Amino acid sequence: MADVIYDNAAVNAALDRMAKAIRCHGDSLTLIGIERGGAQVADAIQRRLEEAGCEVERGNMDISFYRDDLDTIGANPEVRPSHMPFDVSGRTVWLVDDVLYTGRTIRAALGEVFDYGRPDCVRLAVLLDRGGRQLPIAPDVAGLMHAADPGCSVKLVTEGDWHIVQRRVRS
Amino acid sequence: MTTLLIKGGRVIDPANGVDEIADIYIEDGRIAAAGGKAKTEIDASGLIVCPGLIDMHVHLREPGQEWKEDIESGSRAAVAGGVTSMCCMPNTKPRLDHAGVVRQVIERARQVGLCDVYPIGAVSRDLEGKELTEMRELMRAGAVAFSDDGNPIWHSGVMRKALEYASTFDFLIIQHAEDLQLTKGGCMNEGRISTQLGVSGMPAVGEDDMVSRDIMLAKLADARYHVAHISTRGAVELVRRAQAEGLKVTTEAAPHHFALTEEELLGFNADAKMSPPLRTEEDRQAVIEGLRDGTISVIATDHAPHHEDDKHCGLSCAAFGIVGLESMLPVSLGLEREGVLPMSDLIATMTSNPAKLLHLDAGTLSEGAAADICIFNPDEKWTLDRNKLFSKSRNTPWHGREMTGKVVHTIKNGRVVFQKGDVIG
Amino acid sequence: MSTPHQQMFFQHLFGIGQLSKEQIEHLVSMGESFIELSRRPIKKAPTLRGKTVINLFFENSTRTRTSFEIAGKRLSADVINISASTSATSKGETLLDTAETLAAMQPHVLVIRHSIAGTCEFLADFLPHTSIVNAGDGAHEHPTQILTDLLTLKTQASGYEGITMTIVGDIAHSRVARSHLLAAQKLGYKVRVVAPKTLLPSQVEQYGCEVFHNFDEAIPGSDVLYMLRVQTERLTDNCSFPSIREYHEAYGLNRKRLALAGDNCVVMHPGPMNRGVEISSDVADSARSRILDQVEHGVAVRMAVLTALCGTAPEPEKRTPRREKAEAAMQAQGKLL
Repeated sequence: MADVIYDNAAVNAALDRMAKAIRCHGDSLTLIGIERGGAQVADAIQRRLEEAGCEVERGNMDISFYRDDLDTIGANPEVRPSHMPFDVSGRTVWLVDDVLYTGRTIRAALGEVFDYGRPDCVRLAVLLDRGGRQLPIAPDVAGLMHAADPGCSVKLVTEGDWHIVQRRVRS
Repeated sequence: MTTLLIKGGRVIDPANGVDEIADIYIEDGRIAAAGGKAKTEIDASGLIVCPGLIDMHVHLREPGQEWKEDIESGSRAAVAGGVTSMCCMPNTKPRLDHAGVVRQVIERARQVGLCDVYPIGAVSRDLEGKELTEMRELMRAGAVAFSDDGNPIWHSGVMRKALEYASTFDFLIIQHAEDLQLTKGGCMNEGRISTQLGVSGMPAVGEDDMVSRDIMLAKLADARYHVAHISTRGAVELVRRAQAEGLKVTTEAAPHHFALTEEELLGFNADAKMSPPLRTEEDRQAVIEGLRDGTISVIATDHAPHHEDDKHCGLSCAAFGIVGLESMLPVSLGLEREGVLPMSDLIATMTSNPAKLLHLDAGTLSEGAAADICIFNPDEKWTLDRNKLFSKSRNTPWHGREMTGKVVHTIKNGRVVFQKGDVIG
Repeated sequence: MSTPHQQMFFQHLFGIGQLSKEQIEHLVSMGESFIELSRRPIKKAPTLRGKTVINLFFENSTRTRTSFEIAGKRLSADVINISASTSATSKGETLLDTAETLAAMQPHVLVIRHSIAGTCEFLADFLPHTSIVNAGDGAHEHPTQILTDLLTLKTQASGYEGITMTIVGDIAHSRVARSHLLAAQKLGYKVRVVAPKTLLPSQVEQYGCEVFHNFDEAIPGSDVLYMLRVQTERLTDNCSFPSIREYHEAYGLNRKRLALAGDNCVVMHPGPMNRGVEISSDVADSARSRILDQVEHGVAVRMAVLTALCGTAPEPEKRTPRREKAEAAMQAQGKLL
């Protein structure tokens, strides 16, 4: 059974808060969404930032090939190409993801960003921080905080109205 | 005094038209008319008792390639398969093209004492297809027919002379019918499967054209001509027509050619590689039809042992041939179960027919004949394990497959040489 | 329970024949996502860090070997190249011993190119703990080339489903043609083969293709003209064709012939080309040519193949099947080594 822990209104409010927090860092921003949920969150934030008059450059990354679990889960059959239509060197880039958990995805994403060049600064924005970090990684901006049990999966659902669900996958 | 009594078996002796439940008495290594109490008795009830089988086409590899097989291991494999007489092909090193080598092979087989070996002499010196061997001398030494098996006699002039010379003395010429110009580089039948595997094929026409030419030459020479291991529909039809015309043309089929098809090669199975190759289902049916109507009068194995190193090198590089002595009977019995041949006719293809063709003093249970006997259970099921073969080589396509029909006892000159799965002596 | 990932697992890549439609599509789309990696300023991802890939090439092939090498290196694998001329086979060691020896050094993947069909299947029986990739075996299969071609077609507007691919040349000796025939049946594209009878394999029509002897007749309606490399020595040595000149006249692709094709028809070639034999320079260098795209996509697809196999590589082990077999045989005979 999946429980809705944040409904559409709560998610939208969180996105508004995130856009506002990111805008504090300047009017010209670079967002890199992490496929797939992160890319959609980045789209939503980009819209809000542009409405507020900011200039936004966008990239997307699929970090499948940077994961550290190829041996255990095998190659991901649904990989999307990364798309980075600008030079990251010398910029401040924002990594955007939907749910932050162990920190391994962000570690892989950092690795991939640096394969594109040498950014001045990398910041992290996530829609939801569910705790449970296994690496020394912390978000600069988090829309929502929810301490979830390790036996649960927490997901952003983007079909129809956006909302966040929690589901127990093992006890 | 009766030394051995085989009681209550179904005795099938095609040479004498016998197929009945009867007892067989053996005295001094020969079949006796009747007798009294025997020192040893074999209860053969439920079993078939027939003459020891004759395999007129084997490669024993001795002399020259004893790591693959030798006369002793080949003899052990033979009696394990119910075979008590076999004809070995001349492609040894040195070749069976001199009387001395022929005598040596016969003598060696006699020392082993399990199975009679009748050498097939070479047609040409060193199997080169150029100069004829001294066939009369080889015959006196013990050869029973002539062949360059392995090497087809491709030169039409040489083949004509060989047939004419052999015909002068009523010798039989056995041809491995293969047009090497057409089969060059091939490692399996040319067709759908060779195309799929991307390997060079050996087209059926490469057998047909050779048989066709040879039949014309045999007619010209009025010679006795025998096609070894016939495998194509075309060749069977050619032999059938030649026989209808009254020519002295005969042929044999190997069990793999009526039991298996080229599909066995899928997966690059080198243990299904032999020459002539496994053909199509259509060819297989034609071989079966040839056996049914008597065009093909003999079943012979083309037992061709090869060391694993010669097989474990990829399909294209692997040696041609499979071992066959120990699977000959069970595979052939399939013909009886499928209604192709009655049991008696089937046994004739492995006893009286080859004996008649080669004028061998074997293949019968007549009174006074050498007591060479095969006793088998036609219904017993067993699984062939390549590691349990008596042959030195393991190249069989039947590894792990269920066989129906098992040799229970083999008797050579009145002595039990194989029973309970073991060779004795 | 098998996850979608596990359904895509396979230990070896012998040929297109072994793959399901889904597995082929998976490898092609994974390849598609790798194209971008080779266009980055820093062409490196850590995917295969700590994996060892050995390229064991018994036939010369600069392009396929380089493609595998670059694919492996861009994914951080350690790639070692061994060619037949420098390997121990020239000292009489058997193919199996060479492969067994290399496998004992515990590579994850052995990429093999050999002139004998079935080499990979044959070796795999003896090397159960190494993944084997077929980089071309005789006239049998060349799966990574076909995946490459499919990726190139996928990046076209037409895609590959339902298209008509016309393959021209020495079909009899072409592993590329064979693999395409198998892929076409699985993925639903049509194949026409064009060749004189001397260069067609037996019963090729049984593999669901249309057979043409006249090139001009096969061109209209084709979406791809796929020109095979002509091995000149093979062509004239065994009487398959009288001369290169006559071959080009009958089966070469030049501008005049290309004009018979539809507007969207593209030209492909697995390389290396014989300009002026199977393809004229003006066609090879034209806007219709996808030949250099194929080369670029080849690297991406080989990255996908190596990644897929390394995600499934089994645990290394020392005991070889050959030893087990030898022991079983000895035991059955009551002997010991």
